Amino acid sequence: MSHCDGCTGCTVDDKVVKIAKKFKDVDGGIMSALHEVQDEYGYISESVQKYLSKELSVPMSDIYGIITFYSRFSLVPKGKYNVQVCMGTACYVKGAEDVLKEFKDELKIDVGQVTEDGKFSLESVRCIGACGLAPAIVVNSEVYGKMSPDKVKEILSKYN
Amino acid sequence: MQKTSKELRDIRSNTKLKFKSSRIMICSGTGCTSSKSDKILEELKKKGKELGSDVIIEKTGCFGFCAKGPIIVIEPEQTFYEMVKVEDSEDIIKAVISGTKVERLMPSENDKFIQKWHELNFYNKQKRVALKNCGYINPEDIDEYIAVDGYLALEKVLTGLTKNEVINTVLESGLRGRGGAGFPTGKKWQFTAASKSDVKYVCCNADEGDPGAFMDRSILEGDPHSVLEAMAIAGYAIGSNQGYIYVRAEYPIAVERLKIAIKQAKKYGLLGKNILGTDFDFDIELRLGAGAFVCGEETALMNSIEGKRGEPRPRPPFPAVKGLFAKPTLLNNVETYANVCQIILNGSEWFSSIGTNTSKGTKVFALGGNINNVGLVEVPMGTTLREIVYDIGGGIPGGKKFKAAQTGGPSGGCIPNQHLDTPIDYESLTQIGSMMGSGGLIVMDETKCMVNIAKFFLEFTVDESCGKCPSCRIGTKRMLEILTRITEGKGKVEDIDRLEKLANVIKNASLCGLGQTAPNPVLSTLKYFRDEYVDHIENKNCAAGECKALTKVIINPEKCKECGICQKNCPTNAIMGEVRKGPFEIDQTKCIKCKVCVAKCPFKAIS
Ligand SMILES: Cc1cc2nc3c(=O)[nH]c(=O)nc-3n(C[C@H](O)[C@H](O)[C@H](O)COP(=O)(O)O)c2cc1C
Ligand code: SF4
Ligand code: SF4
Ligand code: SF4
Ligand code: FES
Ligand code: FES
Repeated sequence: MSHCDGCTGCTVDDKVVKIAKKFKDVDGGIMSALHEVQDEYGYISESVQKYLSKELSVPMSDIYGIITFYSRFSLVPKGKYNVQVCMGTACYVKGAEDVLKEFKDELKIDVGQVTEDGKFSLESVRCIGACGLAPAIVVNSEVYGKMSPDKVKEILSKYN
Repeated sequence: MQKTSKELRDIRSNTKLKFKSSRIMICSGTGCTSSKSDKILEELKKKGKELGSDVIIEKTGCFGFCAKGPIIVIEPEQTFYEMVKVEDSEDIIKAVISGTKVERLMPSENDKFIQKWHELNFYNKQKRVALKNCGYINPEDIDEYIAVDGYLALEKVLTGLTKNEVINTVLESGLRGRGGAGFPTGKKWQFTAASKSDVKYVCCNADEGDPGAFMDRSILEGDPHSVLEAMAIAGYAIGSNQGYIYVRAEYPIAVERLKIAIKQAKKYGLLGKNILGTDFDFDIELRLGAGAFVCGEETALMNSIEGKRGEPRPRPPFPAVKGLFAKPTLLNNVETYANVCQIILNGSEWFSSIGTNTSKGTKVFALGGNINNVGLVEVPMGTTLREIVYDIGGGIPGGKKFKAAQTGGPSGGCIPNQHLDTPIDYESLTQIGSMMGSGGLIVMDETKCMVNIAKFFLEFTVDESCGKCPSCRIGTKRMLEILTRITEGKGKVEDIDRLEKLANVIKNASLCGLGQTAPNPVLSTLKYFRDEYVDHIENKNCAAGECKALTKVIINPEKCKECGICQKNCPTNAIMGEVRKGPFEIDQTKCIKCKVCVAKCPFKAIS
C-alpha cells in the first residue's frame, strides 16, 4: 500500500503504483495506464483515478471523460463471469438478437448490468472474429459458437 | 544481436531447408482457436513425443476457410484436414510417420478427395497476396518469415533505393488504401514526405471497426512481420523514425503476436537503431484501442493515441501536415501495409497487372452471414460479387434465395440481386450505392428484412456517434426512431420522405466520415427495397417475417394432427387445444412470436 499525498488519505495497491510509474513519462500514457488497471481489476475505481490524475498530471475531469468515452473502460466492477454476446453483423444476421434476449431474460438484467449476486454481467460486443461460428458469445475468455436461445440455460448452469 | 545481410541470408536458406521436412501446421487464428485448436496443438505435441516422431508441429495463421475449422495442413504435401478434433491427433501423427493421409478428415468434392488445399473450389478464384503467408508460416517465428523473403524488401530499400524511388514504386503500383476510402497510398506517402519537420510518425490503423469483419485481425495474427516491415519501409520513405500501431484491445491474439514480432525484430536489429548497419533508425510501439468505433477515423485515432477522448478533429490540417502530437503523420491500414513488401519485391508492374483500371491488386473480404463458406477470402479486384457468393462462398444454405450483400459495414449499403455481376472495385461499388469499405461482406437471404437491417446499422451508429456534431448525434437518433416505428407497424406514409431529408442533412453537416456515411444503409435499402418499406408502412406487413410486431404465427388447421407438441413447448402458454380434439390454435394476445412452436411441430403445420 502506498499513500498518494495529493488527496485525503485514500490508498492504492502497489500494482497501481507500478502502472503509474511505467506510463508517467510516456506520451499519451494515460490510455495505456487505464488499460492495465482495467485488465487488473475489471474496473477503474475513483481512488485509482485520483492517484493516476496526480501521478500522470492529467486532470480528474479528463480521466473521467476518457473512461466514459471508451466502452472498454468501466467505472463499476463487472460480474465474476462476464457474458459478451456478439452483435456483429455476421452474428446478427444469424439470430444473435434472440440469443441476447434470452440472456437478458435468464439473468434478469439488461446489457451493461450486473446480477445482484455479482456473479454475471452482460455485454453486447462487436465481431469477436468467430464469424464462422456465428452467432457467437464469450464468457470470460471461453468462446461458444453456433449459439441458439435454447443453449443459454445450459451454458449459464456451467458457471453456477 | 544485430544481424547482417549475410546472416539473414543464412537464416533464410537454413529455414527453407526446414520447410522441406514434414510440418503439421495448425490454424491458430481466432476462429479456429475458438473451436479449440490450441488444445489440438497441445495434444499433437504430446502424441508426437509419445510416438517418438520429430515432425515439426506449429501454429499458423488463418487459412480463410474458417467455417471448416479447426484446420490443419500437412506440409510440404499441403494435405488439408478440416473440422479436426483433439481425438484425431494420434492418427494425424501416425499418418505423417507412415507417409499416409487421414482420409476421414480430408474434404472431398465430386466424390474425389482434395489432395492439396489450394485445389479446393473455395480457393479456385482467390489470389493470396496480403494473406500470402497466412497458413504457411508460424507467425511467432521470425526465421520463418525471413525464409519467405521477409525483411528482404526492407534490405532492398535501405541498401539500394532512394526515398523517391520507394515512393514512386508505391505510387506506380496503383495501391489504394484498404481501410475504406481508397486514397492512393503513394500520394499519401508523397505528401507526408514533403512535409518538413524534425519528427514525423508512421501509424498503422488496426482498429478494424466494421462489426462483422476480421481481415486485419487475421493478417496481424497470421503474418505480423509483414506489417512491421512495411511500416519501416514507410518510415524510410517519409523520413520518420517512430511508428505506432493502434490495435483493438479486443484482439488479444493479434496483440500478443505483434508483441512477439516486435521483440524478435528488435532482437535481430530489424527494428531499432542502425537497421541492417545503415544509419536508419526505426521503432514501433503498440497502442490499444478501447472499444470506440469512431477511433478508426484517422484524426480520432491520433487523439486516442495522445491519451484523449477519441473525437475527430476538423481537417485541414491533414495528418500529412499536422497529425499525431502535431507532427506530420502517415496513417495506413493493416491490409494496405501488407501489400507493400510484395510491391517492393515484385515491382509495381506486377501489382498493377492485377485488378481493374482504377483499382489494382487484391482485396480481402470477411465473408459472413447466410452463406455456406463463411471465412476470409482474397480476390483480385474486378472479381464479381456473384463469383464471391456462389463460386467461393458456395451459395446460400438451406436452399434459400439470395437477397442482398452488405459491404462497407455501417458506412456501406446493401447490394441486390440485379447487381451481383458488378466487378468489385472502389468506383463500381460506390456507383451502386454501397462502398468497398474495409472488407466486411455479409450475405443475406430472403428471410432477412431490409428495414430491420437498416435499423441494425443505425442502432450501431447512434451508439458510436461521438456526439460532437448535432447533425450526427441527433439526426441519426431521429432516423432510428422512424425506422423503429416502421418495424413496429406504426410507420406513416411521410416517413420515407423524412428519412431521405434527414439523411441529406446528416451527410452534409457532419464533421467526420462516421456521420457523413451513417445514412448509407438506409439510403441503399430505400433505393433497392423501397417496396419493403412501403409494405411495412401501408400494409403493416413484414414479408421476410423478421419484424415481430408485424408477423403472426398461425397454425394451419388442415395440417395440424392435434398432437399437442407445440403446446408443451410454448413459453407463454399461448397455444389452445386438447390432444385429438380438433386443431390447435394460437392466442395472438399471448404469443410472443418466438417461433419455438414452428420449429417443434413435426408436421410443419405452423408458420
Ligand atoms: C468512422 C470511421 C471509422 C473508420 N474505421 C477504420 C478502421 O477500422 N480501419 C481502417 O483502416 N480505417 C478506418 N477508417 C478510415 C481511416 O480514417 C483512414 O482513412 C484509413 O485508416 C487510412 O488508411 P488507408 O489509406 O491505408 O486506407 C475509418 C473512417 C471512419 C470515418
Ligand atoms: S460526424 Fe458524428 S462521429 Fe463524426 S465527429 Fe461528428 S458527431 Fe462525432
Ligand atoms: S405440433 Fe403441429 S400438429 Fe401437433 S398440435 Fe401443434 S400444430 Fe398441430
Ligand atoms: S410463436 Fe412462441 S409464443 Fe407464439 S405460439 Fe408459438 S411457441 Fe407460443
Ligand atoms: S460478427 Fe460475431 S463473430 Fe464476427
Ligand atoms: S481461423 Fe482457422 S481458418 Fe480462419
